[in-house]
Amino acid sequence: MPEQILKIDKLNKYYGQHQVLYDISFEIQKGEVVALLGPSGSGKSTLIRCLNGLEQFQSGFLFFGGKQITPQEKNWPQLRQKIGMVFQSYDLFPNLSVLDNILLGPLKVQKRQRAEATAEALKLLQRVGLEKYAEVYPRQLSGGQKQRVAIVRALALHPELMLFDEVTASLDPEMVRGILEIIRELSERDNMTMIIVTHEMNFAAQIADRILFLEEGRILEQTPGKEFFQHAKTQRAREFLESMTF
Amino acid sequence: MVHLGTNILFAGNNFVRLLEGLWTTVWIAICALIIGLILGTGLGILRTSKNRPVRILLRLYLEFFRIVPSVVLLFLFYYILPRQLNLNLPAEQMAVLAFALWVAAEFSDIVRGALISVPQHQKESGLALGLNGWQLFRYVLLPQALVLELPATINLATRVVKTTSLLMLISVMDVINIGQQIIEANRQTYPNGIFWIYGIIFLFYFIVDYPLSLWARRLAAKQH
Amino acid sequence: MDLSIMQQAIPQFVKAFELTLWLSFVGILGALLVGVCCSLLQYFKVPFLGKVASVYVELFRNTPLLIQLFFLYYAFPVIGIKLPAQVCGIIGLAFLGGSYMAEGFTGGFNGVSQSQLDAGKAIGLNKFQLARYVVFPQGFTLSVPALAANVIFLIKETSIFSVIAIPELTNTALDLVGLYYRSNEYLFMLVLAYAIILIPLSIILTILERKVRYGSFGN
Repeated sequence: MPEQILKIDKLNKYYGQHQVLYDISFEIQKGEVVALLGPSGSGKSTLIRCLNGLEQFQSGFLFFGGKQITPQEKNWPQLRQKIGMVFQSYDLFPNLSVLDNILLGPLKVQKRQRAEATAEALKLLQRVGLEKYAEVYPRQLSGGQKQRVAIVRALALHPELMLFDEVTASLDPEMVRGILEIIRELSERDNMTMIIVTHEMNFAAQIADRILFLEEGRILEQTPGKEFFQHAKTQRAREFLESMTF
Repeated sequence: MVHLGTNILFAGNNFVRLLEGLWTTVWIAICALIIGLILGTGLGILRTSKNRPVRILLRLYLEFFRIVPSVVLLFLFYYILPRQLNLNLPAEQMAVLAFALWVAAEFSDIVRGALISVPQHQKESGLALGLNGWQLFRYVLLPQALVLELPATINLATRVVKTTSLLMLISVMDVINIGQQIIEANRQTYPNGIFWIYGIIFLFYFIVDYPLSLWARRLAAKQH
Repeated sequence: MDLSIMQQAIPQFVKAFELTLWLSFVGILGALLVGVCCSLLQYFKVPFLGKVASVYVELFRNTPLLIQLFFLYYAFPVIGIKLPAQVCGIIGLAFLGGSYMAEGFTGGFNGVSQSQLDAGKAIGLNKFQLARYVVFPQGFTLSVPALAANVIFLIKETSIFSVIAIPELTNTALDLVGLYYRSNEYLFMLVLAYAIILIPLSIILTILERKVRYGSFGN
């Protein structure tokens, strides 16, 4: 029996009068990799941000580890330790060194011991090939390096679920591969549960156990990864895939 | 006989006189702004010119007004114009002149800032369309610069209004000067009058300036 | 211009110069203190006090120092509060400046980008930790140019102290002009005195802005 990590039930979100997400329901099991695909403006990023409390939603239920979460501001900090998130714009804190960026969560939020947390942070940095950069500041790093640090910063909190929001969209093409390798390794070696918003179709095809295809705020189909790319169920999804290949 | 303090505001034609004083104040601010903005636009454009001596000269002009406090500025005009240049203007006109030159200095910097902050690629796309120098300025730079500089310009206007409070120092019959006359005239009947008169003048300034600074803030927020 | 007249006035100008610096220093320190407190009350939306801070900021930012000083110095004695002129000056400068400084700090805090806030929230920082580790350090850096401009502005505003007979630079110079009927010399010295204070200061502040900015953002 696979262990359910996250379950979303009939989530609706509005900006004022304007509805942007309609009755979103899905669940994700431990170790599963789900990719959110869809045209721009379809609500992928909004949805993934709702899962971390960065966007409010107006109705629907969210269960994490089997427990229902009341989406109130005060509950989120606790939950966010278990849900790591990486952004398109990296968003390392420019006033902190790489190591301090990584340690901020473990030390201040989780109140862990500095020695232990530092040792782990360095090990994680080594894993992404940046062990030499612990003391430098974000401004001295390339985009790809910053994004690796951002991934490490999220991992340092020992999340049970990782959210990746277009993490390669701002990168130079030659940097993309390295980041995708790290994400794949997270899945294969650590069995990390992940939700990924991406425009890298080849990557999604390789890594995703399941595809959620969104359009105009609705999930049009949920299809196992390989199957989606070979024969998607909906006409819209086939058109979308068509438009993404040259 | 016991008087309500507030009565001083409405005794005789006190309130009307205060409003007249306020009008003098606002009128001087408006004149100074209009002249200053026109002059400042020209200076601002010149400050982006390739002519180095012109740029340096205008920079010095700006720095002079940045260093000299407005009180001092008023007195410089008050003493130097008549004594050195034999120019005897009424105090109001002297104030308009002094403030207008100050506004021109500050505004030239706003204009320059806005002009150079229109992104380079906008200029390049304009040039790529075959626009000449004047067309580029008229259709690409100016419209974008105007939008960029509006909040700072409104803020400058609020500063000018506040600075008009200094007019009384050179004997202009502004709202504060009239207020003081009323206080003096009513010292016996309304010993607390000073509180109400200064209170209402405080309020007057707030009523003029607050909407302006609110507007500037809205505009600035929209641009981000 | 007559140099000997200027020479004779030097001691008086030096005294006034020192007084201007001293009053500016204390007033600006007070302004920073008032400004920090108000912007914190506003940032954390402290019930009631946050609103009070906002009202205060708007009232003082949008009214002239001259009227504020007249109130303190001439109107307050009527209700039994009589303060020495210099105390009025410092209080006036601190509260006028406080409203500008509060605005400066708040502008900086608001300038921190949404994506930085998101990143902070995403690692589980609570409201206070987010303020302490993300918003304040970056927001302070962003507010430095505004604070520096306020410092220059407030020093110039001390010239208005002359209306309540505080013998600072402007008051001293105008007194001398009235006494000896020599405007050129004394006004020149007055402008020179402000230049001596403000030119080096604005250079120092520009360097400081760059240093702080580089320290936080690296550009």
